[in-house]
Amino acid sequence: MTTTENPTDAPVKEIGRDRRRKEDRRLITGRTQWTDNKALTGLLHIAIVRSPFAHATIKGIDTSAAKQLPGIVAVYTAADIGADQVQLPCAWPVTKDMRSPQRPALAGSRVNFAGEGVAVVVARSAAIAKDAAELVEVDYDELEPVLDMEEALKDGATLVHPDLGTNSNAQWVFDSGEAGSGGNATEAISKAESDDDQIVVRRRFRQQRLVPVFMEPRSTVVDPTGEQLVMWSSTQVPHILKTMLALTLGLPEHKLRVIAPDVGGGFGGKIAVAPEEVVTLLVSQKLGKPVKWTETRSESLLTAHHGRDQIQDLTMSVTKDGTITGLDVKLLADMGAYLGLVGPGVPILGAFMFNAIYKIPAYRFDCTNVFTTKTLTDAYRGAGRPEATFGIERLMDEAALELGMEPMEFRKKNWIKHDEFPFTTVSTLTYDTGNYEAATDQAMQMFDYDGLRKEQAERRKRGDVKQLGIGISTFTEMCGLAPSRVLGSLDYGAGGWETAAIRMLPTGKVEVVVGVSPHGQGHETAFSQIVADQLGVGFDDVEILHGDTQSSYRGLDTYGSRSLAVGGIAVVKAAEKVIEKAKPIAAHMLEASEGDLEFAAGKFSVKGTDKGVGIQDIALAVFAAHDYPEGIEPDIDAHATFDPENFSFPHGTHLCAVEVDTETGFVSMYKYVCVDDVGNVINPLIVEGQVHGGLAQGIAQALYEEAAYDDQGTLLSGTLVDYTLPSAADLISFDTANTTTASTTNPLGVKGVGEAGTIASTPAVVNSVLDAIRHLGVKDIDMPTTPYRVWSAIQNSSGTSGRADEANVASPGAGLGSTARDMPEGGNL
Amino acid sequence: MIPAQFDYVRPTTVEEALQALRDGGDDAKLLAGGQSLLPVLRLRMADPSLIIDLGGIPELRGVREDGNEVVVGAMTSHHDVTRDDILRQHVALIQEATKTVADPQVRHRGTLGGALAHADPAGDLAAPALALEAKFVIAGANGTRTVAAADFFEDYFATAIGEGELLTEIRFPKYTGWGARYEKFNRVAQAWSIVAVAATIKVDGGTISDARIGLTNMAGTPVRATAVESALVGQSATEDNVRKAAQAAAEGTSPTADADAGTDYREHLARVLTGRAVLAAAG
Ligand SMILES: Cc1cc2nc3c(=O)[nH]c(=O)nc-3n(C[C@H](O)[C@H](O)[C@H](O)COP(=O)(O)OP(=O)(O)OC[C@H]3O[C@@H](n4cnc5c(N)ncnc54)[C@H](O)[C@@H]3O)c2cc1C
Repeated sequence: MTTTENPTDAPVKEIGRDRRRKEDRRLITGRTQWTDNKALTGLLHIAIVRSPFAHATIKGIDTSAAKQLPGIVAVYTAADIGADQVQLPCAWPVTKDMRSPQRPALAGSRVNFAGEGVAVVVARSAAIAKDAAELVEVDYDELEPVLDMEEALKDGATLVHPDLGTNSNAQWVFDSGEAGSGGNATEAISKAESDDDQIVVRRRFRQQRLVPVFMEPRSTVVDPTGEQLVMWSSTQVPHILKTMLALTLGLPEHKLRVIAPDVGGGFGGKIAVAPEEVVTLLVSQKLGKPVKWTETRSESLLTAHHGRDQIQDLTMSVTKDGTITGLDVKLLADMGAYLGLVGPGVPILGAFMFNAIYKIPAYRFDCTNVFTTKTLTDAYRGAGRPEATFGIERLMDEAALELGMEPMEFRKKNWIKHDEFPFTTVSTLTYDTGNYEAATDQAMQMFDYDGLRKEQAERRKRGDVKQLGIGISTFTEMCGLAPSRVLGSLDYGAGGWETAAIRMLPTGKVEVVVGVSPHGQGHETAFSQIVADQLGVGFDDVEILHGDTQSSYRGLDTYGSRSLAVGGIAVVKAAEKVIEKAKPIAAHMLEASEGDLEFAAGKFSVKGTDKGVGIQDIALAVFAAHDYPEGIEPDIDAHATFDPENFSFPHGTHLCAVEVDTETGFVSMYKYVCVDDVGNVINPLIVEGQVHGGLAQGIAQALYEEAAYDDQGTLLSGTLVDYTLPSAADLISFDTANTTTASTTNPLGVKGVGEAGTIASTPAVVNSVLDAIRHLGVKDIDMPTTPYRVWSAIQNSSGTSGRADEANVASPGAGLGSTARDMPEGGNL
Repeated sequence: MIPAQFDYVRPTTVEEALQALRDGGDDAKLLAGGQSLLPVLRLRMADPSLIIDLGGIPELRGVREDGNEVVVGAMTSHHDVTRDDILRQHVALIQEATKTVADPQVRHRGTLGGALAHADPAGDLAAPALALEAKFVIAGANGTRTVAAADFFEDYFATAIGEGELLTEIRFPKYTGWGARYEKFNRVAQAWSIVAVAATIKVDGGTISDARIGLTNMAGTPVRATAVESALVGQSATEDNVRKAAQAAAEGTSPTADADAGTDYREHLARVLTGRAVLAAAG
């Protein structure tokens, strides 16, 4: 950061200002360029014919009727375009012996989940394509679906991929005893079992399946008519997509250009090399014409990758005075039918997060990834970390309960104290900074924790219909993905660096080309603020360019809360290089020696004088290049790549109060406070926005959302009528605040905030629901804690409730898809 | 999502609309606000070859008094229903229920007639119409006929409107001075009812003198909670009395089980929500 000797002249610092997002005027007023807006001369449209069955062999496909339709250009089966021979990439082989099925772009002889593509129709309009897709007759032989992970692992189970010989994809184990980072957890737990001064707490939790539900459905356009093959796609990862297309399809990488224009959200759901992207490309190559694919919302819910879906068996040993002595984590993670781009690694990220903010002396993590005949799972906001945080924060409450300790006191007793940082955890990560006490103190005060506990006691005493529950989540996460060497040690298929380039234009304006690929986060604004401060130029003089591999040729895109903590630092490094390159030119222009110069507020000045020259003037001078020092290039543009040395570790304390209507089971949010430490804040408004959105998604997992399948493997929540996304009307005003311990591993001291709210909130909400009704005999409720489940848990003598108790059908009413089956003759549809 | 191809006409009178229905035969479909029909078309659960848009027929729109009745044109939007002074004064229950339908966008396009003709068991307007003993005026080739609410709803998505007919208006008796409450139970604010209870209650000097109660989504059609109604009449409107009477709410219902609710839960909700609706309406 630059300083100035005369503070009264100091320009307003951009970093820390709550700037409104500069991109919003355009986005909100609809001056957007979504992929689906792309109109090219002669553009053809495709529709994909999809399997209604979860598991079946394809006996034949009759395309003749479809081909008769006026306006149809072609109907292709997988073999016609070689789509059955494609091996869509998985970039994260988590173990050496990981079993990978071939994942085709269209199924050739066998479908493995409902919604898998089996043929593609090409037409002059999207409407004709859709009409023709309905006319393609596919003859299927149904096979047994594979739906239950535990059943799938049993001997003799039906195999999703018979050639693999098993439904187990991989088993990944971490043992702190073996790693030398702690004791042997199995021993610690068995010792505790025979120790009168310890208890052992065992719980099974379920992470239901979720759908990311980004706002903009996926869309891809491919134009093969130029020298380079150009793909526009609604993707989070244009760079990865380009390289993977080259590797997967054997295309020369320099003949490919990938563009992510405006992208309307992703939440991890657009980290993919999607089969539809490849099919669009193959069809465009086959016909030599530009081709577009745009999915419908139902297609998106059914086939875009899902997230979460784990069974967690957790065991904790703890002394009776509340000190954790061991933690054993056993996971089953549902991969679905195939492996996504990073799918098998998602649950493994949890290995580093189950120990959370606690000092756990012995730890074991054992995850088995399982194939089922469902849509594949992959990254969804938080990816592996929400699952782990949920598991540990639920278990902390359960252990506190068994110990008879106040849940916050139990946490305090076990967490890392602020003066113990940097702290190397039992799962081998080194947390650089944090202060759990400070965040918690502030949150407790904002929440009026004691006051609410009192209110809770009063309501309980009165036997109110509406009972109050309070839930805690004290979380941390690892983000800013990631140090390249660490990723290498985890067998990840790429590095974790990020790049930025700064172009100083003749008129003094600045173009910043970044390798991260925003899709709603506000990079344009935050990065402009950083550059404005670094170079001392106006916020409005900076333009952030991204998402086109022609201008931004090097990058690893946006996910894992990495854009600021990695990409933002690359921007800082590039700016430093610009200043470094400008310095000899400034010295030349000022007829001074470089050593006498200082740079502040956009200006080089000669120390102790009022002589100076602005960086924007230098940009013009090197453009003219009439007079510059010998031996250097007339150019102050710069490019930098930053490879982080560590993850960043945001943390926070989230407190939730809910009211549970004990007569109906309905849960309503009552109060939500969170104090997050995300390091230094570039733009408080954007940070708050990220937290709000994250909370909404995390709360949604706790209370509302589930991608449920019936016993045939059909997705029940196939429309937004059935997949109950909450809206603003269902949520309350959140009380958010920040404490700050700057990260010491990057020059901005930033941590990352994209996923924090999602990771932290889910257990706080579920803990609060259970806290409200435990006195009625309730022990546990599967997520989402729907009114029906809450009511059932109160009724059931077991004190639990979940999917197993429920009818496997979608609502009879509610007008839409789910109803067709029970329609009487003469109905109105 | 793209519907299958269809032809489109926009008549300006009921007569023209009926003619179009006759011409289109089996394959014609009436379009009101499109808030149920369009999703059905886009999901390709239906593919009519002719769509007859009723939006250009002024006589189907609006609310008026006619003696002891309030008459609502089939094409009156949900939004207009929620704003209407005549309805507020005389038929508050239909207004209360309409306020809970979806969101402002849907309420601006969706219509009372469309919702009732669609007859979704989870829809919110059929139970109030049944409770209010509305009359349905249906126009056809041989003029108009009037069907009582009790005979109008036949099954899931099936009504007394026959082929070649259309619903022109809904006639509500006046319930001036009655209290009204629509108690809707759903998972998120925009969702359809899991169960809902429509209650309108007349209280004279603290005593319930008359009661009309309809249940949403407790069978393929709306159900009238007659046992509760008769148990309430003559009682003072105390919490105890009302809750006791509400115990009969699930009598005569046949709810389905789905992921949101089992039959026992729906029956339980019917009892709890009936108690709440009646108390609120009587309060
Ligand atoms: C997101 C969303 C949420 C919703 N939530 C709710 C809710 O919570 N509660 C609720 O009650 N409803 C809900 N609805 C449905 C809404 O109330 C619709 O407006 C209503 O169901 C249909 O009315 P419409 O005017 O849109 O009719 P349309 O969709 O145009 O027509 C529906 C059916 O009725 C037939 N029809 C229409 N008019 C006539 C007529 N005059 N004579 C004969 N047949 C006719 C049509 O042919 C069609 O079969 C929701 C809709 C949406 C899109």
